[in-house]
Formats: sequence, C-alpha cells, structure tokens
Amino acid sequence: MQKIYGSATEALDGLLFDGMTIASGGFGLCGIPELLIAAIRDAGTKGLTVASNNAGVDDFGLGLLLQTRQVRKMISSYVGENAEFMRQYLSGELELEFTPQGTLAERLRAGGAGIPGFYTKTGVGTVIAEGKPHMDFDGETYVLERGIVADLAIVKAWKADATGNAVFRKTARNFNPPAATCGKVCVMEVEEIVPVGSLDPDHIHLPGIYVHRLIQGEHEKRIEQRTVRAA
Amino acid sequence: MAWDRNQMAARAARELEDGMYVNLGIGIPTLVANYIPEGMTVTLQSENGMLGIGPFPTEDAVDPDLINAGKQTVTALAHTAYFDSAQSFAMIRGGKIAMAILGAMEVAENGDLANWMIPGKLVKGMGGAMDLVAGVKRVVVVMDHTNKAGETKVLKACTLPLTGKGVVNRIITNLGVLDVVEGGLRIFETADGVSEADLRAATEATIVD
Repeated sequence: MQKIYGSATEALDGLLFDGMTIASGGFGLCGIPELLIAAIRDAGTKGLTVASNNAGVDDFGLGLLLQTRQVRKMISSYVGENAEFMRQYLSGELELEFTPQGTLAERLRAGGAGIPGFYTKTGVGTVIAEGKPHMDFDGETYVLERGIVADLAIVKAWKADATGNAVFRKTARNFNPPAATCGKVCVMEVEEIVPVGSLDPDHIHLPGIYVHRLIQGEHEKRIEQRTVRAA
Repeated sequence: MAWDRNQMAARAARELEDGMYVNLGIGIPTLVANYIPEGMTVTLQSENGMLGIGPFPTEDAVDPDLINAGKQTVTALAHTAYFDSAQSFAMIRGGKIAMAILGAMEVAENGDLANWMIPGKLVKGMGGAMDLVAGVKRVVVVMDHTNKAGETKVLKACTLPLTGKGVVNRIITNLGVLDVVEGGLRIFETADGVSEADLRAATEATIVD
C-alpha cells in the first residue's frame, strides 16, 4: 500500500468535509503540522472542531484557520498567544472547550486506544468537572473524561519510512503521537522520508500502523520565545 | 523591606532536596532554577515532554525543536529524556513528580488555588496547572502577597475560578512563608525586614498559631 503523497493538498484529498473534527499535534508552534494546516486553509473546509493543545499565533499554525473563520470550536488547554482567538471567543463567534493539558493528552491517547472514557483527579472541584459524572476510588474523588476519536489526525514527525514508522525530535514530539493514534485517518508530514530498514525498529516512536498518508516537506519551524544566554 | 522576585525564587529553591524531580511554573518559579544549590541534583520536568531542562542556549545553539513549557528555547543535559505529552502527564498524574512550584492569582486558607482565568477578561487557559496540582506530591506557590491594586491575594476563599481544591501546601510571597494547616495558614517565616504583624495585616486568610 502506497502511503507517500506528493503534497499536503494531495494527501488530504477526499478526507476533508465541513463540520469535521480534527486532532492536531504540536505544543505552541513546536512540532505543529504546518504544511497540513496551510493546506486545510487553502481547501476552505468550514465548521471545524479542532482538538489541539494551543491555537497557534495570529499568523501561523492554527491561527491561520481562525483568521479565515474555518474553526467553529477549539478543544485546548492554553490559547494565550493568540489575540484573534481571544477576540473571537469573547465575542461569542468561537466555541471553546477548555481541557486541562494532561486530560487532553489522555483523551487523545484513550480515544486511539479504544477507551471511551477514564477517571482522573485533574479538575475535580473546578468548573472543568461541573456536570460530569464523579466516582470515588479508594477514598478519593475522580471525574469522568471522554476519549476523543477524530475524523482526521494531522501530525508532524522528524523522519519516517515509507510504511509510516516515525521518529520525532526532542520536544517536537509532544502531542503528535497521541493525536496520531486518535484519528480515524492520520496524515503525517515529516522533514525526511528515509529508506525502509534504515530506522532501528527499537527506536521507532510511532509505529506505521497509525499513519495512513505521509508527505515530506520544508518546515519553517517558527520560534515563539527565542531566549538565549551570552556565549 | 520585603523579598524581591529573585529573593523569592532563592527562598523557593530552599524547598528543593537532592534527587528530586520538580516542575517549575512560568514567571518567578522559572527563576528558581538559578538558585539550585551547588552539588545538589534536581531534575526539572517540562510538561511538553522533557526531563532534565538545561540552561538557555547560546545564539548558535538555538533549536526550534527544543523548548520548555513557557515556549522558551532551552538546552538538554547529559541525562535528559524526551517523551510525548500523554506520558508527560502520566508521570505528573501518577505522582512521580515530587514538587511543583507555581505562580498564583489567589490562594485560600483551605489550600484552594486560582491561577488560570479572570472571567470575561483574561482567557488564556489552565495549560498543565490543573494536572500538576492534582498529581504532584507537594505544591508550593510563589507569588506577590498583594495584587497591583494593593489587595491581598491570600484569602479566606478564592473569588476566581479554581485551578485546584485544597491542593496548596506552602505559600512563599514577598512578605514571608505560610503553610496550609488545619483551620487556616501558619506563618513559617517572615521576609527580611517584615514583621509578623505586617504579614498578618496583609493577609485576609485565618492565621493559626
């Protein structure tokens, strides 16, 4: 089966529809599937629900889809870097489901692992837990959170072979593996497609079973907070 | 007289013990890393998927794939490990992190913490703070004792949406150190030049002896 496509637009062909749910990897602007996001903007798909830890910045990452009003709802833990997001949310144009960061990661992981819900201590006694079922275990109270299964997962890895076996680099791994697993279809962009057999099977971070389509491309990899010390 | 930001961070660093795995929040807590005592091994966790945070890079070593939870470029150490966000929060939720040092907007005498939103005004999100306070063994808050308007942030009850209920163990402010105990807060120490009366006067929460 051929997983490699020529471009982000080709790789998304036939997968996009209005009102769909998309899970995206990335933390801030680190490890985001920037090529696939740009292609979704170009496709003009509307009414999106996007599960992603952050919402990019005004002119990069998922911020591009906010500019074009393609997003109906975000499921995120932190959106503080995006002024347009704040404006749309406070004016009621955009729906937001705040989810604690670890709960979001686990919701994606659980969704991909066939687990429809799980109990966590995170958020008990806060607005996050309001209206959700609670249960006591061993004298402590936990809240039920739902797994997420997305119509499409878009993720970014460092290297992959043609079967989709993927390796991430440093903290650019972040939400990419759990997001990849929760997609009914997963499209991955990488910096380099390497020959099958060149990745050590013991060093694969995400097995190719989770990856359905694959593209290679150039990445801008914008930095949000460039902090340096004197040499 | 009271402690400045760096003195608060230095005081918070005295909470650290050799061998600890610790998560530092954004702001003053990040400065705590500058005061880890010589010879003590403390491994810093970054919730975006890293154990063993190194110093900021020199200009030629900046790597967009290597950032901390504040999205700042950082470096790795010899014993650094990377992992995905699900595993990162598995170790947080699973109680493997000994301590979190976090900033706050409000703390209450029962250990309630509010540090993630001001309704209708500030809508940034909780990030990993709710998971951290629910999962780590000990939560230390570092913050100014009063807000910009001069009102106390150490309250009988929080007025802002909570990050966690009954989760704070110790509060370090510019005026001193308070512990959350049965019935209220106990003064553990006062900052340089601050009297116990000053600390009490700046605190709404019940102080127990």
